[in-house]
Amino acid sequence: MKRSSHLMVLIAGIAFGFGLSYSSMIRPEVVLSFLRFEDFGLLWVLGCASGVTLVAYQFVPAILTKPILAREFGKHSASLSRNTLVGAAIFGVGWGIAGVCPGPVIAGLGAANWPLGISLVSIFAGAYVQGLFAK
Amino acid sequence: MMDTLFPLGISQYLIGGLTIGFAVSFLFVTTGLIGGMSSFYSSTLSFLSSIRYFQQAKFINTRNWRLVYALGLILGGVIWVFTVGEPIQTQVTWWQLSIGGFISGYGARLSGGCTSGHGICGLASLQVPSLLAVVIFMSTAIISANVVQLMGGT
Repeated sequence: MKRSSHLMVLIAGIAFGFGLSYSSMIRPEVVLSFLRFEDFGLLWVLGCASGVTLVAYQFVPAILTKPILAREFGKHSASLSRNTLVGAAIFGVGWGIAGVCPGPVIAGLGAANWPLGISLVSIFAGAYVQGLFAK
Repeated sequence: MMDTLFPLGISQYLIGGLTIGFAVSFLFVTTGLIGGMSSFYSSTLSFLSSIRYFQQAKFINTRNWRLVYALGLILGGVIWVFTVGEPIQTQVTWWQLSIGGFISGYGARLSGGCTSGHGICGLASLQVPSLLAVVIFMSTAIISANVVQLMGGT
């Protein structure tokens, strides 16, 4: 990948991390209060983020033949398989216990929410065990 | 009603959510990449583990940009905390952070996506499997968050 592409990735990552922090998703308490029906703000975050992205994913490829710095647009591929659904159920159980997810843990560490380091290490451990037993 | 549903107000959720959306869109328009986050964990493990699963092309070929993306997330958090934000340490207990982290890490990788992968990128791609995944993980998370609260969790 070109160096200019990596710069764009870095800029996108910075904006993503800033947005996760600003939306308070880096605070597990806020996520848990959503899951306990005390504050429905997470729905706004998910709705706004996926709404904007929907416009980009659905309409940009119709306007541009290719991305500005690359040869082709990627596609998000999720298969309707047992793993996708069972994995989602397991992910939810963990998400509900800790109130953390893979992205906010990383942004939260940048924002000095240090205890999230425990989750960062344990998410890596979970991902490792998944790979260990994957066929 | 707004005070009941959103005791902390909604502006931070709207602005933060829109920023996330523009970030993922910017990544797509400039590089064509799909910016979910959970793959970062497996692709980074490919640097460290010789297990065949991690040595797949889909991890090897994407591990560099995913690492740069994660570095960006950290910087985004740093910028937030030095501008409009303030550092807040979570009070969630260490056992919740560790057990919940492990289970969610395993599940997200088995499922091939998390809240950003299936949630943002999958829904924006109008993928039915991702929509099902979101409905399923929201449901199990609501159950486990409430069970944990009954068990004395934060």
